[in-house]
Amino acid sequence: MSAAALAADHGIDVALLDEQAAPGGQIYRAMESVSDQRADLLGDEYKHGRKIVSAFRDSTVDYLTNSQVWSLNSKREIGLLQEGKAHIISADQVLLANGAMERPVPFPGWTLPGIMNAGAGQILLKSHGIVPDDGVVLAGSGPLLLLLAWQYMHVGVKIKALIDLTPMRNHLRALPRLPRAILAGHYLIKGLVYKKDLKQAGISTLHNVSDLRAEGDERLASVSFRIKGRQRIIETDLLLIHFGLIPNAHLSRAAGCQYDWHRSQQCWRPQLDDWGRSSIDGILIAGDGAGIGGARTAEHAGRLAALQATHALGLIGQDERDRLARDDRKWMREELHIRPFLESFFHIPRKLLGVPDDDTIVCRCEEVTAGDIRKAVADGHSDSNQVKFLTRCGMGPCQGRQCAEAVAHIVAAAGGEKVAKGGHYRGRPPVTPLTLGQLAGLYPGEKK
Amino acid sequence: MKSADVLIIGGGLMGFSTALQLAMRGTRCIVLEKDSPGRHASGVNAGGLRQLNRHPAEIPLSVAASEMWHNIAGLVDSDCDTRFPGQIRVAENSADMLILEDRAAMVRALGFEHEEVIGAEELYRLVPALIPHCKGGLISRNDGYGRPFHALNAFRRKACSLGAEFRPSTRVDELEYNAGEWSASTPNGVFRAPLLVNCAGAWAGRIAAAIGDTAPVKPAAPMLMITERLPRFMEPVIGATSRKLSFKQMQNGTVLIGGAHMAELDFVHQTTDMNWAKLAVSARTVMTLFPQLENVRIVRTWAGIEAFMPDGLPVIDTSNASPNAYHAFGFSAHGFQLSPVVGKIMSQLILDGQTDLPIEAFSIARF
Repeated sequence: MSAAALAADHGIDVALLDEQAAPGGQIYRAMESVSDQRADLLGDEYKHGRKIVSAFRDSTVDYLTNSQVWSLNSKREIGLLQEGKAHIISADQVLLANGAMERPVPFPGWTLPGIMNAGAGQILLKSHGIVPDDGVVLAGSGPLLLLLAWQYMHVGVKIKALIDLTPMRNHLRALPRLPRAILAGHYLIKGLVYKKDLKQAGISTLHNVSDLRAEGDERLASVSFRIKGRQRIIETDLLLIHFGLIPNAHLSRAAGCQYDWHRSQQCWRPQLDDWGRSSIDGILIAGDGAGIGGARTAEHAGRLAALQATHALGLIGQDERDRLARDDRKWMREELHIRPFLESFFHIPRKLLGVPDDDTIVCRCEEVTAGDIRKAVADGHSDSNQVKFLTRCGMGPCQGRQCAEAVAHIVAAAGGEKVAKGGHYRGRPPVTPLTLGQLAGLYPGEKK
Repeated sequence: MKSADVLIIGGGLMGFSTALQLAMRGTRCIVLEKDSPGRHASGVNAGGLRQLNRHPAEIPLSVAASEMWHNIAGLVDSDCDTRFPGQIRVAENSADMLILEDRAAMVRALGFEHEEVIGAEELYRLVPALIPHCKGGLISRNDGYGRPFHALNAFRRKACSLGAEFRPSTRVDELEYNAGEWSASTPNGVFRAPLLVNCAGAWAGRIAAAIGDTAPVKPAAPMLMITERLPRFMEPVIGATSRKLSFKQMQNGTVLIGGAHMAELDFVHQTTDMNWAKLAVSARTVMTLFPQLENVRIVRTWAGIEAFMPDGLPVIDTSNASPNAYHAFGFSAHGFQLSPVVGKIMSQLILDGQTDLPIEAFSIARF
């Protein structure tokens, strides 16, 4: 929204393609329809979105809602699906602001019905005020887990357990990065307040937990784990999990943008310059899709990319671009102070990412297990794509969304290599499924 | 520095099939591959095992290859996930039917019996899901399909178990012939052997030039798409008579659709962009034959880089420039089925100086 509004204000013909029916994305979801009461609960950070949404609404941006982008190629041709009809459009400059997705981490039983991502829990809370009515177990590692627990507590959801799989050694790992984080101290304070409030409400966090398993026959019945050397079981029919965020990269990968492994964020990030320019001419990426930086960072990065696009289209000169970028650059730097600390503090242990039991399903669509993947590696297939060809891992309807990262970690661990070496699935369009009928609708007619 | 009897450039099906046949006869070979095994055409093609509608020059090879595919486990210890439900070219109208009858007569005149005209009744017995108005078809009952990457790996494993050596990520940068020996310089060192085989697929033109031969190889990337899994509705592989289509329901229920439409290829970076307008032609063709598939989801499209020759026929020959070099490339998107027999032919050319199959049409001197 920030990028679109700024570019439009400079006189560029801008279309914003949004999968959703209303503006706000994931963070500011339902901003225009949310009740005051729920907005208060979601907090000041959420309410900040009002300014962004209203500036966006006041702009001349052509806002296309319910618009699914199913393809992007290196020539900036975009496959679009609206009201069940496919179209191909193109643009001189394309900015991808796809945001983040939750990092999928396979653990025993993670595919049982009754297990959801914490982010999905938050979407239901934000859009419809839907919350679990029979209690919930939260498990994983990352700030969102704490935030959701705090929000649930406020609406009276029974939290049976808050299971923190962050290893104690991360505290030491993060210590050297604390001084810089104090420069963005308000985030730290917020975290501490959440913790204090939860404790006062009698919700204690189980720290330093390992060996998480979800158990049940047809659906989730209980969660088991190890804490202080002892095995514990908690009965629950709902488990919300969260293992941090990674860039949502399906579209940029389908276009062929180059990616590099980022050790601290434990994910691939697109190769970008200071303006968000990707390895493909005219394709820019901003926000969490460029690397996890949070909502405020996304806003600044969006504006920087919009300035670059405006410059590339000849509407402003280089000096003006640089001048207009100054404040956003400064604020963005300040926003990012907290990140290295968070990344170390919530560093996911290699054991959790790369060495699930042989029986653990990694690819839900094709039911490929970690053992199948290790067998393929032992047979000499040392990268993700070869493992995919051989095992069909990642070839189902989700197109590898749920398994790509895990496969890369497992392949690397099995081969004793770094994750970067094992690589990532090549992106294969359509990014979201398209029906044969919809594709046939693009038929240009008989050639004379 | 490593040396062997034969250097094979290209770790695709042709390279491994050649390595396998040579290894079976005790010849030591090294297979040099610039990427990973079967990275391009060999690993990601449509997997058709088709004798149907071959160019007359290819028919004897294709018939011999078909026999080998039907006993493939005996050769490579794996059935390569093969199925043989037949392949059919459908006649959508009476004009199509005449084309198919002429074709069948031509094949019979050459002395082959595998292409057979069937009427509407037999067609609908075999493919009840087909739209009702078709007139008949041309069938090759022993045809079918396999899983290319599985086949590739089966050939690779078997060849290596018999002593062939495989070097992935080993691009040949320079080739030299000196004192009775080829030396291939690669980032992983120099490899030497008295004999050289060019199985480099879309990159074979460059290798041919380094040997001293002329081969106008044109790289191109035919697009394929695959749907979600569906309940079984069809056994044979279906093609059309006067429209481009290859259509089959795979072992796992997904439907693979090809139509020989090309993606836009960046050969230098080895990347492709789909051409949706052309894929839409394939989708439309499918829908006119199987309208019930309208709401079926396409989950993936891709395009492997293949070697095309101007006349659509491969090069299978001894080099024109050197008696110690050989070529097998340029299969123009229909090499998968031929691969077992090509390995056999190459081993005969190399070890016996001749082959019992007719390969005159595939000479390198024709360019």
